[in-house]
Amino acid sequence: MQDVSNDSQLDGSAIISALIKSSIQVVVTVPDIITSVGLLWPLSRHPGIKLVRVCKEDEGVSICSALSYCGRRSALLMQQTGLLDSLNAVRGIAVEYKQPICMLVGMVWKEPGLPSRLSKKYAVRIVEPILKAMEIDYVCIEDDTDVNLIGAAIDRAYEMSRPVVVLFGKGIRE
Amino acid sequence: MMVRRECLAEIARRRGDALVVAVYSAGFDWIEISPHPLNFFSVGAMGQASSNALGFAIGLPDRQIIVLDGDGSLLMNLGSLVTIAGVAPTNLIHFVCQNGCYEVNGEHPIPAQNLVSFAGLARAAGYRTVAEFSDIEVLRSELPGIIQAPGPTFATLHMRRSVKPQRDFSVLFAATAQERFQSGLANAMKDRKPSLF
Repeated sequence: MQDVSNDSQLDGSAIISALIKSSIQVVVTVPDIITSVGLLWPLSRHPGIKLVRVCKEDEGVSICSALSYCGRRSALLMQQTGLLDSLNAVRGIAVEYKQPICMLVGMVWKEPGLPSRLSKKYAVRIVEPILKAMEIDYVCIEDDTDVNLIGAAIDRAYEMSRPVVVLFGKGIRE
Repeated sequence: MMVRRECLAEIARRRGDALVVAVYSAGFDWIEISPHPLNFFSVGAMGQASSNALGFAIGLPDRQIIVLDGDGSLLMNLGSLVTIAGVAPTNLIHFVCQNGCYEVNGEHPIPAQNLVSFAGLARAAGYRTVAEFSDIEVLRSELPGIIQAPGPTFATLHMRRSVKPQRDFSVLFAATAQERFQSGLANAMKDRKPSLF
């Protein structure tokens, strides 16, 4: 079971500040239980963010790619199951066409504090090895001190024109 | 039944300065019929043209975006119809070339080849304007209205299978095609970046 007490959750407002500081203007999303309360609902009300709700995560890869051609920074917010579902789009669009697709991923079923590669849950422990096999950069956000990694990861993705994944290892509080 | 190249030639006459997103077979024909720096070829992932087009429609709200989709391609991304209807970009026109088969993949029939109504799906999804054409003269006369209508607009183009030509996929996949587009888009956006809000 995921620990959902407030103390054990990440600070959503700090994550939103990091996104805004990195000039993210558009967030494309399929809702995810990990990020819903503390990140997605506040983002949906944020005046500096245009929220695009999609039916499937691979749509978001393409939308973010087109936005990057237009000089707009965006992020795709989803659950790791959605990431797994959209891997071909990530492969074809983000990796092979070298697009700065920034993916914010809630890790459902992950045991807080335990590195995901050591998880007892198959759907959790396969994520990092898959990203490594696809040569995709990623950062793990396990507590609030990790949140400052997000801005740097997004900036690097746009500077290098390559995808990046941010893995949220805990629920997020508002 | 129409012929794809005839349909695309009509759209080309009316494209103005629109950014055009095209997939596989339509892309091969389009690159010959309407060479332009703002042609984007949606290849490398399945059925993503409509989502690419939505991204461009959001990012370039004062420019018309035309997507030349295939029936097989759209079937791989049907949810995008609902997403597009939800975002409701007024600058997006979505054409689907319906020839009933996966033309570049062996001409196998699409599922429910003789049953599916893409216009019906788009209408039910919530597109603002929906039409379908199977006669080139009707398309010619109604296309100006379709292009001027506030979007999102959807039009099915019923067409027969093309004679299968030799296709050089490197034309669409080449890095040079992407570079040409990026450079064209940068020029088009010079001194002009409208607010998203």
